[in-house]
Amino acid sequence: MPLLEIENLTVQYHTLHGAVQAVRGVTLSIERGRALGLVGESGCGKTTLARALINVLARNAAITGGAVRFDGVDLLQLSGGALNDYRWRRIGLVPQAAMDSLDPVYRVGDQLVETMRLRGGLTPAQARERAARLFALVGLEPTRLRLYPHELSGGMKQRVVIAMALALQPKLVIADEPVTALDVIVQHQVLRTMRELQETLSLSLLLITHDISVVADLCDDVAVMYAGRIVETGSVREVFAAPQHPYTMGLRNAFPSLRASSARLVPIEGYPPDLASPPNGCAFAPRCPFAVQRCWGDDPVLMPTGGGRLAACHRAMEADVLRIQAPQAFARLEATGSQAVEGGAPGGGIP
Amino acid sequence: MSQLLEVTDLRKEYPLQSGMLSAVMGARRVVHAVNGVSFALEEGGSLGLAGESGCGKTTTAKLILRLLRPSGGSIRFAGRDVAGLEGLDLLAYRRQVQFVFQNPYEALNPRFTILRSLLEPLIIHDIGRSLTERVERVAMALDRVHLTPVETFFPKYPHQLSGGQLQRVVIARALLVDPLLLVADEPVSMLDVSIRAGVLNLMRDLSRERKLTTIYISHDLALIRYMCSVAAVMYLGTICEIGPTAEVIEHPRHPYTQALVSAVPDPDPAQPRRPVEIADTVPTPFQLPVGCPFADRCPQVMEVCRRVRPALLPEAAGVHVACHLYPAGTREAH
Amino acid sequence: MSGSERAAALPQWTRAAATWRDALLVTWAVARRDRFALAGLIIYAVLLAVALAAPALAPYNPLDLNYRPDGDVAANEAPSLSHWLGTTNLGRDVFSQVLFGTRVALVVGFVAAFGVVVLGTLVGLVAGYYSGWVDTILMRLADVAFGIPFLPMAIVLVAFLGPSIWNTVLVMTLLLWRDTGRVIRAQVLSLRTRSYVEAARVLGASHVRTMFVHIAPNVLPLSFLYGSLAVGWAILTEASISFLGFGDPNVISWGFMLQDAYNSQAMARHAFYWFVPPGLCIMLAVMAGFFIGRGYEELLFPRLRRR
Repeated sequence: MPLLEIENLTVQYHTLHGAVQAVRGVTLSIERGRALGLVGESGCGKTTLARALINVLARNAAITGGAVRFDGVDLLQLSGGALNDYRWRRIGLVPQAAMDSLDPVYRVGDQLVETMRLRGGLTPAQARERAARLFALVGLEPTRLRLYPHELSGGMKQRVVIAMALALQPKLVIADEPVTALDVIVQHQVLRTMRELQETLSLSLLLITHDISVVADLCDDVAVMYAGRIVETGSVREVFAAPQHPYTMGLRNAFPSLRASSARLVPIEGYPPDLASPPNGCAFAPRCPFAVQRCWGDDPVLMPTGGGRLAACHRAMEADVLRIQAPQAFARLEATGSQAVEGGAPGGGIP
Repeated sequence: MSQLLEVTDLRKEYPLQSGMLSAVMGARRVVHAVNGVSFALEEGGSLGLAGESGCGKTTTAKLILRLLRPSGGSIRFAGRDVAGLEGLDLLAYRRQVQFVFQNPYEALNPRFTILRSLLEPLIIHDIGRSLTERVERVAMALDRVHLTPVETFFPKYPHQLSGGQLQRVVIARALLVDPLLLVADEPVSMLDVSIRAGVLNLMRDLSRERKLTTIYISHDLALIRYMCSVAAVMYLGTICEIGPTAEVIEHPRHPYTQALVSAVPDPDPAQPRRPVEIADTVPTPFQLPVGCPFADRCPQVMEVCRRVRPALLPEAAGVHVACHLYPAGTREAH
Repeated sequence: MSGSERAAALPQWTRAAATWRDALLVTWAVARRDRFALAGLIIYAVLLAVALAAPALAPYNPLDLNYRPDGDVAANEAPSLSHWLGTTNLGRDVFSQVLFGTRVALVVGFVAAFGVVVLGTLVGLVAGYYSGWVDTILMRLADVAFGIPFLPMAIVLVAFLGPSIWNTVLVMTLLLWRDTGRVIRAQVLSLRTRSYVEAARVLGASHVRTMFVHIAPNVLPLSFLYGSLAVGWAILTEASISFLGFGDPNVISWGFMLQDAYNSQAMARHAFYWFVPPGLCIMLAVMAGFFIGRGYEELLFPRLRRR
């Protein structure tokens, strides 16, 4: 049984312009002791999904359906107190802009000790001893426990926040863009540390990022999210070597690589759909060079494609052929512009 | 070869906002944002300024754009000193040097329609004889950046467009005055991954078509590799390595460049990595070390590094590097 | 579409007047979402109508003495059909005075508010945009203006310049710009670092053009907010000055009416009909200004709406 199973989860935001479906039926599982990378563009719902898992959504957001099972327990059915218990003891969270989550007026060690005393019921002596061990674990000298946040560099603060997430020995750590505010070199070092900890402590890790390279570098599995849905999942090696969804195929040629020669990039024309009025068919159809009649009216569901992989595409079975055509096909769309794509939709908007 | 832009020993210092304590102690501290940057850029060339936040790359750009005045050194554009330009000369310079901003959501006046924003440069430089002609130029500019049909974009306000569309408008505005030099500061870092390639391709195509000289500023070495023929790596206000992009990235010489290159994650999970470990401490630019600015973090630091600041000297294959590991004896004669 | 056709369709997209249209649209948006602001707008609309039609609406000239049929001055009469709100101790019609007082209140309120907005916005723009010593000088001036006790200074200045409503307006403008100036300056300081202001400089816009074409339209909503608050302040101040007897004796204002009533012991005689209506009018006008200001504020700073 996977550690965390998300089943058909839906989250809605209530805004002035009506309901926005940020997460539209996500089904995803995280295996024990593995690192899953959740990638997607801003606004695709990845952060909302993470927040829904531990039920810390914004006030105007609500979970409107689905289930989140942790070790077989449905988290969405838990009361506030029991959920809090899960949140701290079994699921650790490294939030976005985590460096700012440290209180500037207390020593970082005291903040760590306080967390363990309040949430974990440890005695001060136990907590202090564990704090020192945690600091060593995340690669900080225990002498730094006595420092205030402003005396630490950004990377060190990030390590402190990771230590806090690990303080109560959770089984799952959710990290939401944990290193975006850091410099490239420090980013790399912090991510390495996270990966090493995940392996040595046999944690499960859910790493949320917009950077596909980070996932390639650090994770075992990957889930690609687009417009509130998971469009493709599988092991990192397989998904990157042989993507089965056209969106993932498109992303592969959409940004420059440091090592490869400067072959022309191929953008994915168009823009993600407005989730206030999600399309009837496949959300990617307007930007997809392979869209057929069926894609416009019939929204594909995430289906097994063999080898433990899943893809939400009507043409997933032809993926091997499409993958070869993809660079030219996306390039043709760039040349004709997004207008032509809309014109290419049979009958414009099919009911 | 004619150099369009020559930057020599450029410096920018900011006085540090003195707190009560330092006011009493009488110590006047300054931040050295740019600390002796020199490079030359030939007409039609493209330079990438790489480095982490706070390394002085954006300040360098603002000095070139004359949004800031240098504290020392010189910037010569087509043979003229930029710092001394005033009045009509400055206006003429502004027509020749344009900027693409990092944040497209802030780069257009929120109370102006797209048409009004794009008319502004034509009004300021008095380009086009009539309103009709100006509107025609704006229409052509929008067409060039593939925002069509152009009329639908005229009455839109910035908040009605997506980030990618806004950045295209910003590019169109910069090109309306037919500049010679285009500076772009992290032009796609605020855009979504699937949108970036389109904007990068557009900028690459337009600058090749119009033989523009370009400077790209980015923390992303891959972007610089895609866009630029020359790459300069900056650290704490100085250039530590500069040379042909492929050479700098494939055979990094400076230990900092090596660390930077090895830290970039590769989208291919099958690629093996050889990470270079460097210490995680960034000396703040107001307590600059006497010697090499990178000495504190350098894994190959030597005794001389803490005493003498290395000069940017030619090494091999057209690369200049500021590091004591490459002593003058082994360098090509110049 | 050809260039000329495009040009023909231009005005609505290019005119700077769009800003004023925006201001009206914003006002309308404020009124629609906030009942208090709507009430404030209605009060002003009614006051404006009354002020314009005062000569037609008023049954008597407010300065004329009225006589009883027997030839006596109709002094201190209680409300009746011929004098709806009674008469003063000089036999003047209170109702007509209230109606004409509206004119003074609105003229003083709006002209002073306009002056405050223009002066405050200019000072704020210049100080915030140039910063440095220009900013230092202007903001020290604002500090001085803040240090002056408002009402006593206003009285002294009016007494010195001579009692007329224009002097009252001038004095209020000179003393009340400080709040607007400070707030606009702070806003300009933050706008100045926005990319689009830098973009204007890169495109070659002069300092004046950058300030007035690019920054000013973005601070105008804030100016309007302070303007609507200034209307109330100005009406209140004029009333205070007149009540204390430093107003123009030849102009009937609500403050003057209160002073008149006070001096002739109307309160002791319980002549409510004389002093309550002008008091109520002052309160309504001032309140309306604050209601509108509050609505603007909530639109500009949405976080205030949450409790």
